[in-house]
Amino acid sequence: MSDQAMVAEIVAEVLRRMEGSNSTANPEVESGKAEVVNLPDLTSSEQRSRSLLADPVDPEALARMMGKTAARIGIGRAGPRLKTKTLLTLRADHAVASDAVHAEVNPDLLERLGLFTVQTRCSCRNQHLTRPDLGRQFGEEALAEIKKRCNPRPKVQVYACDGLSSRAVEDNLENILPAISHGLSRHGVEIGTPFFVKYGRVPAMEAISEALDAEVTCVLIGERPGLAIAGSMSAYIAYRATVGMVESRRTVISNIHSRGTPAVEAGAYIADLIHKMLTEKASGLDLKL
Amino acid sequence: MPDYQLISVGIDLGTTTTQVVFSKLVLRNTSSYFSLPRMDIVEKKVVYTGDVHFTPLTCENIIDNERVRALLEKEYLKAGVSPREVSTGAVIITGESARRENARAVADMLEELAGDFVVTTAGPDLEAVLAGKGSGARDYSEKYSCTVANLDIGGGTTNIAVFSGGEVVAKGCYNIGGRLIKLDEDGVVRHISRSAEIIAQSLGLRIAVGEKADAEQLRRIACRMNDVLEQALGFSPEDEVSKALVTQGSTPLALPRRIDCISFSGGVADCMMTYGGDRLFPYGDIGMLLGRAVAEGKLLRRYKMINPAQTIRATVIGAGSHTINVSGSTVFCDKGVLPLKNLPALCFSKSEEERLFVGEVQLLSDRIRDTLEQSAQSNLLVSLRGEKSPTYQRVKGLAHCLAQGADKALAPELPLLVCLQADMAKALGHQLESLLAGKRSVICIDCVDIQPGDYVDIGVPIGEGLVVPVIVKTLLFG
Repeated sequence: MSDQAMVAEIVAEVLRRMEGSNSTANPEVESGKAEVVNLPDLTSSEQRSRSLLADPVDPEALARMMGKTAARIGIGRAGPRLKTKTLLTLRADHAVASDAVHAEVNPDLLERLGLFTVQTRCSCRNQHLTRPDLGRQFGEEALAEIKKRCNPRPKVQVYACDGLSSRAVEDNLENILPAISHGLSRHGVEIGTPFFVKYGRVPAMEAISEALDAEVTCVLIGERPGLAIAGSMSAYIAYRATVGMVESRRTVISNIHSRGTPAVEAGAYIADLIHKMLTEKASGLDLKL
Repeated sequence: MPDYQLISVGIDLGTTTTQVVFSKLVLRNTSSYFSLPRMDIVEKKVVYTGDVHFTPLTCENIIDNERVRALLEKEYLKAGVSPREVSTGAVIITGESARRENARAVADMLEELAGDFVVTTAGPDLEAVLAGKGSGARDYSEKYSCTVANLDIGGGTTNIAVFSGGEVVAKGCYNIGGRLIKLDEDGVVRHISRSAEIIAQSLGLRIAVGEKADAEQLRRIACRMNDVLEQALGFSPEDEVSKALVTQGSTPLALPRRIDCISFSGGVADCMMTYGGDRLFPYGDIGMLLGRAVAEGKLLRRYKMINPAQTIRATVIGAGSHTINVSGSTVFCDKGVLPLKNLPALCFSKSEEERLFVGEVQLLSDRIRDTLEQSAQSNLLVSLRGEKSPTYQRVKGLAHCLAQGADKALAPELPLLVCLQADMAKALGHQLESLLAGKRSVICIDCVDIQPGDYVDIGVPIGEGLVVPVIVKTLLFG
């Protein structure tokens, strides 16, 4: 028997048994009167801040230390193993991270911000995850679309990209984009037409820079989620980016999220940084900060 | 980004002694290459410690301005530092000196002499906190996660600061000190302060200037002084004498939690460790007797005593190394506005702040007018909590309210000055600049904690213009 068939059989058996037990021991479910149990959200900051030590010598010091780090401290242990709550929290965090990678960015958000979408050469999420090379490239059609809909030769081209966390785009884009745009307008710099790239990797910015002949290109992209934060955004910025350029020509501002650098503040900083790149005509390690 | 060094001066003009120290502060970008910069003070090192001088007085209540100046000029010369090299620091006029008639005139003289961005300040609460930081009590409370009370027992006052886990949790000040009674070489009483009289009266003792002192009487007075300190730390309820000896302008000491350790600084702390010699009055005062009374009292029996890093110099080192803070590293400062000094802080409650976010201009302009009127200063610092991760629209809304409020209540030539706790100053500053473009300059800084009643000095941007030095202080004279 193949694995898949075996799993299907087990699931079917479990469901059968559950039905059986429901009909006898829990008639309320059938009549639709089952009590709704509100389980606490283990990933909430309120739950995270709770120590699992039974009898800490100095609870205040423990709270202070736990407040200073996202690391899992103050969790105690059950024999040599993690306590059930710690294990469940780890799995919940993993689920949140996994969701952030696999979900699509809400189209309503993109519409509200007036962003059109182009797709890299990846045809689906799975390919995006397994073929980083394709996530850097665009097909002829996509490039034509970009050229058609964007202002050519912009001083600054800013665009958003799902990267490895759609959640990061949903959490931050609405606040960071206007902050960058407004910050640059103070220096008399107008940004090019912003848009959204689906299934993209960071170096897709080189292809976009070349297609539009942009002076500075900035991508706002979702970072690979960890178990601590799933919605972290980074801005990768380069002066005159070209396909095949060395990584050191990129400037990066990372950790943009609600518990890191706030999106609006990062946006204001990025605007000033881009202005400096335009003045110095350099980025990455070439730009002396 | 290279390290950035600052020379900071600390001058403590106390009831009894005047001291100078110079410190070197090192500012460094502690953030990674991949994040926003974050300039922090990473090192504080005392590089010159001056002598302990008696504070020059012309008569009992007047500080001798000229002799203080001469004394300081000599210390600068000895340290090899010119006032121009000093980027920051603080002159603390402490104890009873701050209440002397010419304190403000002395302050002005010192400010001019000491360097461009050296602040002058006074106030028993601040003094208590600085002494506690200078003595090492604060650091100890953080390192060992405990609650430490630091008693800085000087000539005229005892400043008490209680630290828990590195934070100040209580502070207070009593008119208890080693020089409340002064004697000459023959043991004849030469001066009795008002506070000493109160204590003598409560004991039914009669001491008078010009009469030979009775050592036993003075010992009883010193013990009574120790009682006041024990009452302050909750050994017994405060009596009338204790209440009468609370220093004017200080916060009543309210202990929120159990004290674990105690440390002593100030001149009398040295007396506590050295008493037992044959001379009862080596400094012509009752400091030795007071030190002995404290050392033999209940404080040391109940609490673990920690050895202070500094005793008599705790306050001046606190002033030199611990008064300055740096703002967050993403701020907004129009050129040519800074430095600014003595800005009264205008604070709001949480609900009031929410009303500003939604655009209640009237609330802001009324409060600006009130604060300016009360403080008799021309401008002020609008101090807000801000939000941890605000939306763009919220920032925009707040900016509109601030800009309009400033236009309604501030003279047209004055800059709008804003300070936030949350990291959002650059974003807010950009919005304010657009709204006020060309009409009014803007300073918008963050990551600074300001309480109602504080006064704030803001220096010129340092460290490639990323941060501004900020000194939060109290102003209290006379």
